[in-house]
Amino acid sequence: MTEFKRIIKAGFINFKRGGSVSVAAVLVVTIALSVFAFIILYQGVLYFSLDVIRDKVDVRIYFTTDAPESKIMLLKSSLLKLPEVDSVLYTDAETALKNFRERHSGDYPTIAALDEIGNNPLGAYLSVKAKEISQYESIANFMKSDNALVLGSANIIYKVNYYQNKLVIDKLNNIISDSQKIGFLATIILVILSVIVTLNTIRLTIFIAREEIGVMRLVGASKMRVRGPFMVEGAIYGIIATIATLVIFWPFTAWLVRNTAWFGVFNIYDYYVSNFFQIFAIILLSGILLGVISSFLAVRKYLNK
Amino acid sequence: MIYFNNVSKVYKDAVALDDVTVAITAGEFVSIVGHSGAGKTTLTKMILADENPTDGSVFFESINVHQLKNKELTKLRRRIGVIFQDFKLLPNKTAYENIAFAMEAVGKTDEEIASDVPHVLELVDLSHRLHHFPTELSGGEQQRLAIARAIINQPELIIADEPTGNLDPINTHEIVQILKKINDLGATVILATHNRGVIDSVGKRVITMENGKIVRDSKHPR
Repeated sequence: MTEFKRIIKAGFINFKRGGSVSVAAVLVVTIALSVFAFIILYQGVLYFSLDVIRDKVDVRIYFTTDAPESKIMLLKSSLLKLPEVDSVLYTDAETALKNFRERHSGDYPTIAALDEIGNNPLGAYLSVKAKEISQYESIANFMKSDNALVLGSANIIYKVNYYQNKLVIDKLNNIISDSQKIGFLATIILVILSVIVTLNTIRLTIFIAREEIGVMRLVGASKMRVRGPFMVEGAIYGIIATIATLVIFWPFTAWLVRNTAWFGVFNIYDYYVSNFFQIFAIILLSGILLGVISSFLAVRKYLNK
Repeated sequence: MIYFNNVSKVYKDAVALDDVTVAITAGEFVSIVGHSGAGKTTLTKMILADENPTDGSVFFESINVHQLKNKELTKLRRRIGVIFQDFKLLPNKTAYENIAFAMEAVGKTDEEIASDVPHVLELVDLSHRLHHFPTELSGGEQQRLAIARAIINQPELIIADEPTGNLDPINTHEIVQILKKINDLGATVILATHNRGVIDSVGKRVITMENGKIVRDSKHPR
């Protein structure tokens, strides 16, 4: 316990007396943690954008005008039992007509043609949302096959718009999967780069103290007694850098919201504030681990004697 | 106490020690003399296992120091006090903390540290420099601080490698007197130096080295 207290105290004293070396190390760890924070926010933007895209995609099953509602409801409940299906929304013929009129309110010839017909030419429809974009095809195939669906429902289906939208859906599916892959790759590369830069800076700060380490060993200090204060110092770099990073990102995200059109839909500041404690925990843990592990590895080289 | 058995040390293109065999008994004051590059420092570093021999073995009592594991080596080093020409003090620690660190290394309590450090600093006439950093001390003061650090844990052996190399004659005389006093109190002292005056003032056993070999081992120098 005494040894532990001495190590902690020595770490704090070394940090305080380190002066510009300590400041430089904190600065580099702050840069590394800012990269981490940026990645977290980037993931937030990416997943939000992908969710928006996903939300816009659905498959609609249009029914004939004489399709009985009971049969449509039966089809709806059997669709809901499919594991790929997230939700099924029923829109009756009247609402479909109302929506159509609203959508084409400025299109006079279309509205005039509709009035000419007199009765409602539109049938009811079901909007089916899949859990994943890639699952729409299997849902569409399932409906086409008539096997597990309510018997006789095939003759009430007027059309399924999946086949018209297939190209767009496939493209979106590719965009989402590519974005995720690129995001993951960029994250890995940035994290590796940040870790390398931090590790080398801390190695440099310990390189300055290499003779000191040798002397400590020569006067009979144990490996832990030599290494411990450097690891505590590394943890202090991490803690201070975490505070600096989080303080920087507060006004930075607010500025992004005000000045960047890209964030018009997604409020990155709200995202940052509402997820503050998770972000704080991730950054703090990363900062401490980065500082402690870098110091541990850097001191090891000079401890062999 | 110390036994070098046919020890050789060869660096890439230079022989630092050439088949050295020598014994030093407990309580002796041995001066190792020779020009720069004669092998004095390598010889002292071998005892601390700070250098490994290319051939032969070095014993501290019956222990082959180069076969020790890390933990055992740490324990052995706690029995040896070391003084270097360039002092090798911890630059970011005050005089008090430099001595305290050596005591902490051997597991002394805070109370023991608080009572012994001022005492040893008083012995080397540095009690007024307790909270000064090494850079704030003169060469002679730094060396006295290094001696205080070396003797604080009452080691059985003191190795002093050119301890007066950077000092003026007055400080040199003071350091030699302190080393003699330490020897009188029972510790074995190995002093490596190229200063003939220092050896003459010690007046004890002298080992002369040239090109990594012991060329003379005299218990009674001129």
